[in-house]
Amino acid sequence: MAQAKQKGRMVQQTPPETAEKLEEKEYSILNLGPSHPATHGVFQNILKMDGEIIIDSEPTIGYIHRAFEKLAERRPYNQITPITDRLNYCSSPINNMGWHMTVEKLIEAKIPRRVEYMRIIIMELSRIADHLVCNSVIGVDAGALTGFVYVFEEREKIYEIFESICGARLTTNIGRIGGFERDFTDVTWAKIKKFMKEFPAILKEFEKLLVRNRIFMDRTIGAGSISADRALNYGFTGPNLRAAGVDYDVRVMNPYSGYEDFKFDIPIGTNGDTYDRFMVREHEIWESYSIIQQAIAKIEQMPGKEFKGDVPDFYLPPKEEVYNNMEALIYHFKIVMGETNIPKGEVYHCVEGGNGELGFYLVSDGGRTPYRLHFRRPCFIYYQAYPEMIRGNLLSDAIVTMSSMNVIAGELDA
Amino acid sequence: MEDILPVIETKLREAFGEDIISAEMMRDFPVFTVKKDRIIDVVKFLYDEPEMQFRFLTDLCGIHFPDNKGQELGVIYHLHNMRRNWRIRLRIFFPLTDAVVPTLTTVFSAANWMERETYDFFGITFKGHPDLRRILNVDDLGGFPLLKEFPLEDPTRVDKDDKMFGR
Repeated sequence: MAQAKQKGRMVQQTPPETAEKLEEKEYSILNLGPSHPATHGVFQNILKMDGEIIIDSEPTIGYIHRAFEKLAERRPYNQITPITDRLNYCSSPINNMGWHMTVEKLIEAKIPRRVEYMRIIIMELSRIADHLVCNSVIGVDAGALTGFVYVFEEREKIYEIFESICGARLTTNIGRIGGFERDFTDVTWAKIKKFMKEFPAILKEFEKLLVRNRIFMDRTIGAGSISADRALNYGFTGPNLRAAGVDYDVRVMNPYSGYEDFKFDIPIGTNGDTYDRFMVREHEIWESYSIIQQAIAKIEQMPGKEFKGDVPDFYLPPKEEVYNNMEALIYHFKIVMGETNIPKGEVYHCVEGGNGELGFYLVSDGGRTPYRLHFRRPCFIYYQAYPEMIRGNLLSDAIVTMSSMNVIAGELDA
Repeated sequence: MEDILPVIETKLREAFGEDIISAEMMRDFPVFTVKKDRIIDVVKFLYDEPEMQFRFLTDLCGIHFPDNKGQELGVIYHLHNMRRNWRIRLRIFFPLTDAVVPTLTTVFSAANWMERETYDFFGITFKGHPDLRRILNVDDLGGFPLLKEFPLEDPTRVDKDDKMFGR
């Protein structure tokens, strides 16, 4: 023990002349956040600066903590969907679908293929929206506002598609446990197809602005890089891990909702820096685009118009059936009184969210609410690597690093 | 999916014997209940053993069963072997009065904030943790919110009267 202590001191000791210099030096403390336009969310970083170089940083989070896990213990299953909206609010539909699939796994519901493909269209659209926000904001933080304006118009169109499906735009509460509220209308299909037709041109224009832009490349290459080993040790997932060179994607590793039927690539980077993260997201947008195309083609070949699975516990029967049919009356009563049958059990289900593996650990004791629900929030887990990633970098690098990590306050704080 | 439960169970039983309290399949997850004091050894073993290589900590969270006397609190670990795509869940249970667990930060940096979160919500102390403070809640909350006895609403409020309508 004594030896170890001695050793520790030896390692920490710096050569005399440097030590003297360090003593003379005065570091400045800079408060980045909690409400700062460049953090894109409410969280604080206390930076220790040597001139413009970051020596250390101390993140503080929890400013918008809303106790979702506690709330979930008092809410029926269908009322938890709106909570999940508010995790990563840039891609709420993925969170919603992830939650629906978790409950479906618990109650062992069979979901028709058509519904799964419809879900994939929604999830990939929201992944595009999520990545568009992240990538364009990297541009904004590096001083290129133009691209942001281009792609936000497209994001608006995606939100219009969501609006025509479920009525909401940002916090969507889309779909149900077991499927959708109703089939996509012709208007929705028309909107999706119009988006698919117009989107590539705009994204190409956006890429022309940034991808080979010398200033942008100089700003982002080498900024906030992390090695694959460290990234794995820190529990990185999603585009941030792939930028470091690990091809882990839940959609391929543990396919859900029929992703195994689709052909797509997993783009990976090499350095794990801001530029790689940008490029991985950029390529993922194209992959998502191709997945949506495939899904539309598959749905068009399918007969029938199913939009939900057979889960009567979560769908109110039509009113005329409630009056004339005993079974429908029973289900109506059970749903309204909150007496749905949920089996006991523990499930973990994960989906590839906009930021990585979004997991739901659900423990049910057979009651009407979950006994315990834990969200594995990718943001929360990888944001703790931020001090290590920006150490020794410039302040302006720290800003683009943060926006390229896509730290969403809602997901961070749950 | 191949049946991984017996494979891992044999390995763990060889190395830890009676310290593996139970091994079972829960849906698609092999679940092992381990003695609290051996958890870090088990994780390290699973990390290093060439055939296991569980090198990714997916999740770490707490759980509270007030009715399990003597085993009220639990910590649940989800590990992932990305090479073979094996996922497992490890669980430890211990009494409320002895809520001290060895820290996993020595193996996974990711465990740092996850353990802080678990401490914040359940009051489980992680022995050896470099910086065990509250993370999401305010410092003077005075209680651990995810324990079952913690009320969902502020009990001191007088403006919400449930007498007539209940809930």
